[in-house]
Amino acid sequence: MTRLLSVLGQVVAYGLFMALLGAFSATPSYTYMEADQALIKLSFSHAAKRVGVCRSLTQEEIAAQPPNMRHSEDCPRERLPLLVELELDGEIATRRLLPPAGLHQDGASAVYQRFPVAAGRHRIVARLRDSARSEGFDHERAMEIDLVPGQNFVIDFRAESGGFIFK
Amino acid sequence: MTGFKRRLKVGFEGIELAFDKAFTPAWNPFYFLGALGYFFYWIVAVTGIYLYIFMDTDVGGAYQSIEHITHVQWYAGGVMRSLHRYASDALVVVMMLHLLREFALDRYRGARWFSWFTGVPIIWFVFASGISGYWLVWDRLAQYIALVTTEWFDVLDIFGEPIARNFLNEAALSGRFFTLMVFIHIFVPLFLLFVMWIHLQRMSRAKINPPRGLALGTLASLLVLSFLYPALSQGPADLNTVPTVVGLDWFYLAAYPLTDMVPGLWIWAGFALVTVLLVWMPWLPPQRRAGAAVVNLDHCNGCARCVADCPFNAITMTPRSDGKPFAQEAKVEARLCVACGICVGACPPSTPFRRTQGLATGIDLPEFSLRALRDATHAAAEGLTGPGRVLVFGCQQGPDLDVLRDGGVGVVRLPCTAMLAPSFIDYIISRDLAEGVMLVGCREGDCHDRQGIDWMEARIAGERDPHLRRRVPRERLARSWAGLVPADKPRTDLGALRARLTELGPYLLSPPPERPREPALDPVAGHD
Repeated sequence: MTRLLSVLGQVVAYGLFMALLGAFSATPSYTYMEADQALIKLSFSHAAKRVGVCRSLTQEEIAAQPPNMRHSEDCPRERLPLLVELELDGEIATRRLLPPAGLHQDGASAVYQRFPVAAGRHRIVARLRDSARSEGFDHERAMEIDLVPGQNFVIDFRAESGGFIFK
Repeated sequence: MTGFKRRLKVGFEGIELAFDKAFTPAWNPFYFLGALGYFFYWIVAVTGIYLYIFMDTDVGGAYQSIEHITHVQWYAGGVMRSLHRYASDALVVVMMLHLLREFALDRYRGARWFSWFTGVPIIWFVFASGISGYWLVWDRLAQYIALVTTEWFDVLDIFGEPIARNFLNEAALSGRFFTLMVFIHIFVPLFLLFVMWIHLQRMSRAKINPPRGLALGTLASLLVLSFLYPALSQGPADLNTVPTVVGLDWFYLAAYPLTDMVPGLWIWAGFALVTVLLVWMPWLPPQRRAGAAVVNLDHCNGCARCVADCPFNAITMTPRSDGKPFAQEAKVEARLCVACGICVGACPPSTPFRRTQGLATGIDLPEFSLRALRDATHAAAEGLTGPGRVLVFGCQQGPDLDVLRDGGVGVVRLPCTAMLAPSFIDYIISRDLAEGVMLVGCREGDCHDRQGIDWMEARIAGERDPHLRRRVPRERLARSWAGLVPADKPRTDLGALRARLTELGPYLLSPPPERPREPALDPVAGHD
């Protein structure tokens, strides 16, 4: 009888162990984003212009350089910060100054920002300043979009492709 | 021990008592949490190797290959995948229980800091291994993990550009990052195994394998679960959409929803705080560290019994340094010694019968010497009256023994019951200090000092030196391996012993055969 109870106890213990693992290995579910929402992501990496203008080197200066490291311009290393602005349905959703990366501030500036919105029609305007100008923007793109529930809409920027990419 | 910790210990012992009844102490899973962790690790490793053989490690083919393994090869690959997941989950369960239990039982301070300290990175390596594994399935859950993890790392602002951009949309997806995750999922577990090995370095006879019956039962239950409730994917990842609802593995991902509620830097701060706190715990007040055992070469004959019995690898044998005609001598590594006194109980000269001046032995505790033990024994025996006089010896980790004291019961506390050399039992009964002896300690199968109960039982059974002499009437000896729960066990066992002693009457020792006495000044003579 004691042996039977012992075996029964073990079966119960193993059963509880299985139940624990089974119950929490994939359930309960977690709602990351409501089903009627969509996500707009503003994300890009782009190097702004340098903080100053490049100076053309004289022939003497070029000749004074090591033969394998000759360059014709002397440019400041640091880059300007980027100014990015996102307008969503007529309101400024974000306006950020993005510092350049790197110890010498000579790298690209990057942004990654999420904007959960209700699915449906939205007007998006993305603006970017990557020069030393004090007013206005160097790049701008606007679009009316219809976001379906669960859609991941990305606002990227590639200078080589002409500016903002909405996808 | 603080009130909270004591309550936690009582809670554990209550549950363990029920498991003792079902599994017996020899198979009680709570006494093998670390060994079960190793066992689950090996299941995960073997099943992982199998899955890796059939898996397409390219981001474009990973999901389909795992679907194939799961559904077409369900009888092998599908089961392997489920075992892989459930053994990983079980590893987290036993690891966290192990952590909590060692805390509750106060087994992380003093010389035991090393195992605790090296256990902390194990926690994070286990989580890193598990989370990177989920990533490789490349389903909706993997997509969620990829997004949340990379966004969480990006708040540190240590990467040239946000690594979350790797998962911006399908166009941005690159196989290179995925290959990195495959690499991480292989090498982090390998490194984990290395740290698990380090974790045990200060333990002698570390239990890295659970008893066969427990291992088979656990494996069988994982197999049953794998067939009944197989691990499945949650639909292919699609970076053009958002994984709105995901089924989380809460054993690994319970902290992930926090990223939606708390700023990422706060989570990093919490993570760092928990880590620092865990790492620091062995040195947090109240500090207690008893003096390490000390070798007395005048009484050490180099028999190495103390080395054999030390549960913490704190004693080694080294070449003789004092010119005595023995090859070796014992040497204590003080930083490893927990001052349990088990070595004192193992040392041949640790006998109260000896008449050497001052009563010294080959290895002794500076704060509770053999002489102090004999004095305490005499003091506890003094004034005992009535039938059924008993001396109770109990370890410091066991139950409160003061409640047992009465006119016929004396109590002596030891660091560990196995500090009591068996000759003490002989001494007490043959010299009529008491009519019986009761040993009280931790729960059977779970000695605070790892092997105290095992060694004591083996000494009494005559299976391990120093033996309890055959002339000692076993019916006058009782053991109550009680722990704290049930609280009344020592009293019940004591009552049974005293009833037996009353029935037996006073012990009449037959005169021993004549033999020369031990020379009073022979410092290395053994007993029995």
